[in-house]
Amino acid sequence: MKTGSDSLLILVPAFNEEGAVGQVVREIRAAAPEARVLVVDDCSLDGTASVARAAGAEVVTLPHHLGLGGAVQAGYKLAFELGYEYVIRVDGDGQHDPACIPRIFEALRTSGCQMVIGSRFVDGGAYPAGPLRALGIRFFRLVLRPILGQAVRDPTSGFVGVNRAALEVFSRSFPLEYPEIEALVVLQRKAFRFLEVPCRMRPRLAGRSSITALKSLYYILHVLLGVFVNVLKYEGRRRRKRS
Amino acid sequence: MNGLLNFMTGLSLVLMILVLVSVRRAHIRVEYSVSWLGAAAALLALSRSERLLEKLAGLLGIGDPPLALLLVVGCLFLLVLYRLSIVVSKLKDANIALAQRVAILEFHLRSRDDQTQARS
Repeated sequence: MKTGSDSLLILVPAFNEEGAVGQVVREIRAAAPEARVLVVDDCSLDGTASVARAAGAEVVTLPHHLGLGGAVQAGYKLAFELGYEYVIRVDGDGQHDPACIPRIFEALRTSGCQMVIGSRFVDGGAYPAGPLRALGIRFFRLVLRPILGQAVRDPTSGFVGVNRAALEVFSRSFPLEYPEIEALVVLQRKAFRFLEVPCRMRPRLAGRSSITALKSLYYILHVLLGVFVNVLKYEGRRRRKRS
Repeated sequence: MNGLLNFMTGLSLVLMILVLVSVRRAHIRVEYSVSWLGAAAALLALSRSERLLEKLAGLLGIGDPPLALLLVVGCLFLLVLYRLSIVVSKLKDANIALAQRVAILEFHLRSRDDQTQARS
C-alpha cells in the first residue's frame, strides 16, 4: 500500500452486500484510481468478501459481526497503522456516489479541517429520501447546533473523509453503534474542525435496509444518549484539567 | 409474615446452591459468584433474624418488616445487575478490540503471503 503525505485509503464497511459491493469498488477505482480500496467485511454470511476481492479491493474480514462502528474503526486502525494520511469512508451498499470522492479529498487536503462530510443538503448535494428521515436529520441539526458551535447540515452522513489527526483519535475511540453523530461530537471536543461539501447520494444498489420504524426510534434515543454522555465526559475532563 | 420469610429463606438457599453448583461446573467464574453469594447470604440473614429485620425496617422508616425485606432484596439484586452490566460492557469492549486485532493481523499475514507468492 502506498503511504506518504498524500496517501488516500478508501474504506468500505460492508455487511451482506454481495449484490452491491462489487460495483461500489469498481466505481471507486474509476473515481480515485490512485487510492487503495479496503473493504471491511463485517463477517458477512454471503460472498461480500470474495466479490470485493474480485472487483480489486483488499479485504479485512472480521471474525464476528461487530456492527457498523466496529467495522469502520477496524479500518481506521489499520489505516493508521499503515501510515495513511487520509481516509474516506464509502458505504458498501452503494448509497454514496464515489464520483464525489475527489471533491472530499480535495477539501481534506486544502481546507485544514480534520473531517470533511459529504453532505446531501449543501447546495449541489442531492438526496432522494422520505420525509420521516429528513425530519430526523432536522431534529439532530437543532440538537447539535449549540454543542458543535456551528451548523451542520447533514449530521447523519456516513460519507466522510478524515485526516491523520482525526484518524488517530478514531483509531483509539470510536462510537460503535450509529457512529456518525457521536463522532462529530468527539471531534468537536478535541477542538477539531469539520467542513461539508455537496455530495450526491442515491438509493442502495441491492438488498434491503435493516432500518425499521422501531429501530429509528431506538436510533434517536441511542444517539441522544451518546451525545449527552460525550458532552459530559469531555466537560468533566476539561474541568479536571483546569483544576 | 412467616410464610414470606420462609419463602425468602428458601429462595436464598436455592440461589446459594445454584451459584455454588455453577461455580463448581465452571459455568460462573468465582469472581462473579461473589456478588450473588453475598446477596443470598444477606437475604438469608434478614429472613431468619426477626430482630435484625425489625431494626432494618425501623432504620428505613417502614412499618412493615417484610416490605423492608422486599426492598432490600430488590436493591441487592439491582446492585448485582449493575455490576454485571459493567462486567459485560468491559467484556464487549475487549471482545471488539480483540476481533479487530485478529482481523488486522490476518490482513497483514495475507498481504505477506501474497507478496511472497508474487516474488517466487
